[in-house]
Amino acid sequence: MKVELQNLTKIFPSRNKKKGEPDVVAVNDFTFTIPDGKLVGLLGPSGCGKSTTLYMISGLQQPTSGRIFFGDEDVTDLSPVNRGIGLVFQNYALYPHMTVKQNILFPLQNLKGADKMTKEQMLQRAYEAARLVQIDELMDRKPSELSGGQQQRVAIARAIVKMPRVLLLDEPLSNLDARLRLQTREEIRRIQKETGITTVFVTHDQEEAMSISDLIVVMKLGVVQQVGKPQDIYDDPTNLFVAKFLGTPPINVFQGEVIGEKLYVGENAILDVKGVEDQPVTFAIRPEGFELNENGPLVCELSNVEVMGRDVSIISRHANAVSPIIRSIINADNKLDVSSTTVRYSLKPHKVFLFNAQTEERIYFN
Amino acid sequence: MSELEKDVIQNEDTSNAAVENENVEIAQSTNPVGSTENLVQGVMHEQDIKTVAKKQTVGKILGQIGLYVFLTIMAFVVIFPFIWMIATSLKSVDEYYDASLELVLFPSFARDFKNYAEVFTTTDLEMYFLNTVIIGIASTLMSLVITILSAFALARLEFKGKNILFAGLLATMMIPGELFTITNYKTVADFGWTNQFGSMGWINSFFNLTMPFLVSVFYIYLLKQNFMQIPEELYLAAKVDGTTDFKYLLRVMIPLALPTLISITILKMMGAWNTYMWPKLTTTNSDYYLITIGLREAFSSVDNQQPDIPLQMAAVTMVSIPLFLVFLFLRKYIMKGVSRSGIKG
Repeated sequence: MKVELQNLTKIFPSRNKKKGEPDVVAVNDFTFTIPDGKLVGLLGPSGCGKSTTLYMISGLQQPTSGRIFFGDEDVTDLSPVNRGIGLVFQNYALYPHMTVKQNILFPLQNLKGADKMTKEQMLQRAYEAARLVQIDELMDRKPSELSGGQQQRVAIARAIVKMPRVLLLDEPLSNLDARLRLQTREEIRRIQKETGITTVFVTHDQEEAMSISDLIVVMKLGVVQQVGKPQDIYDDPTNLFVAKFLGTPPINVFQGEVIGEKLYVGENAILDVKGVEDQPVTFAIRPEGFELNENGPLVCELSNVEVMGRDVSIISRHANAVSPIIRSIINADNKLDVSSTTVRYSLKPHKVFLFNAQTEERIYFN
Repeated sequence: MSELEKDVIQNEDTSNAAVENENVEIAQSTNPVGSTENLVQGVMHEQDIKTVAKKQTVGKILGQIGLYVFLTIMAFVVIFPFIWMIATSLKSVDEYYDASLELVLFPSFARDFKNYAEVFTTTDLEMYFLNTVIIGIASTLMSLVITILSAFALARLEFKGKNILFAGLLATMMIPGELFTITNYKTVADFGWTNQFGSMGWINSFFNLTMPFLVSVFYIYLLKQNFMQIPEELYLAAKVDGTTDFKYLLRVMIPLALPTLISITILKMMGAWNTYMWPKLTTTNSDYYLITIGLREAFSSVDNQQPDIPLQMAAVTMVSIPLFLVFLFLRKYIMKGVSRSGIKG
């Protein structure tokens, strides 16, 4: 099911208008089409409106303006049930007094009219859903007797048992420990592929979003910054915020200036930037964009080297860097003189991004 | 690592430590200066531990004995009125009024359990009992419905003036219950519920005994707080799962608040069982006496100058049994309810 969001806006009215508290614009003019059967990640820091967007798609919150379509059907005014969505909450929101089986059966028992099912049909569906998330052994347990990961699976089973048109996941991995998180995100990917349900999930963890999404929507303060495939967004961010938000270790940001189609940092010209007018710029280099070069143009003060086996991570400092440290990742085959106080790099041009110093919008160069 | 391996490693650790200690001792004994001092101190220390441990054990035992003596005395203080009640119920009237036997706890058993049988022939105990059960169950049920719905509205729904309404409700808790007696009486009398004779008598009496006490602000408050602890997400999840507000109340909120609801039920039932002043004040037809007044009135007949106290005690004993059983089996919930409610029932 294709999901279309048209000019979606959500404004939370000010609680204290008299004291001049402004209204809060949680989501601002969000237009986006989620293709059928894809897994889409809404990514952004907390307070960026990603959860609000998810709740608006679910129907738990009404948009202030804008329309939502499932396929060709306008569902903006429908309740969550009538939209046919499944929602997994951040804290799972399992009914604590019911067993796993009762939890999964609950949405089916509430079906009305033509959708009403017999007990056998309901049980069959519940067990199908349970098998899909591999919890069919735990059907008679209470949620409190399950681990976090198992509770998560129950929540997913409850969300998909109705065979929803759209599956929505709110921070699905944030309550799990690191190891379980890796395992569960693959699991979510598998379940999504097996069911083919169009899925939207919300996360503030860029690694999580990149690893399983077909498409990522990066948001900031209610405004969509960039939409695209994870690799495309990583390789080609439209502004400084997106560049900084994606990638671990984070991108290294510098202040510089373009003079005569050359990028200067301090006194040194470090890169040819054809087609860029003279102006002060902010530029950013991915950690893998550095190459050790004894005669390289970028001279940094070496402070530490972290060995990671396959790679080494070199931590250095530079007077013009905005980030407190510069972290580069270099193949371990390259030998570095650790006793030296400086390290010199040449740069891979496609790993260097230029941004307008004021607007922080991307400046493209050849 | 398996438990076994851990054990082995731990053992190794301790044995290593032991070896080190030995080394230290050897080092000390080879050290000519102060070595004997050290050894003596070590021995002394060992003795200290033994005496201290002994003292500690003795102290502990004495403490326990003291504690049990105290608890036994207190338990006796609590249970004595009941023992006295049961003892009295087994006496004859003469025995009871005989001054020389006044302080004799154990009766002669001259009456055996005849008092208990006699209660049923001299009074309508069954009727009072039945009246009380009907009033108790009915008022508890109606009160529960009102409490649940009000608490739900205050906890879950959004409507204008909700906070003012709630504050107003709480404010009524500040007024002592006795102050309501006059206004309640006026209300009840104006409705004609004090007229308890004739064909409408029992309905009037029923309304009279239940209506003034259906709404308990305190229970509403208690349940509202309980409802508010249920996470918002459960409500949203239930919305997604297609429930109405009412169904959510029935299937999720009530089961989750069940311990509180049971506490409220028990306290309300106990209240109904023990209530005295209002029924005494307003019940005009002895057919509708509750058990408390029934017991009070039945044995103090005018023609007999000496009320038959032993008989009364026999009746009281029987009436206490249901409450005793309730307490025995539902102790856990009563305690929870009372500790939450701060005793006020």
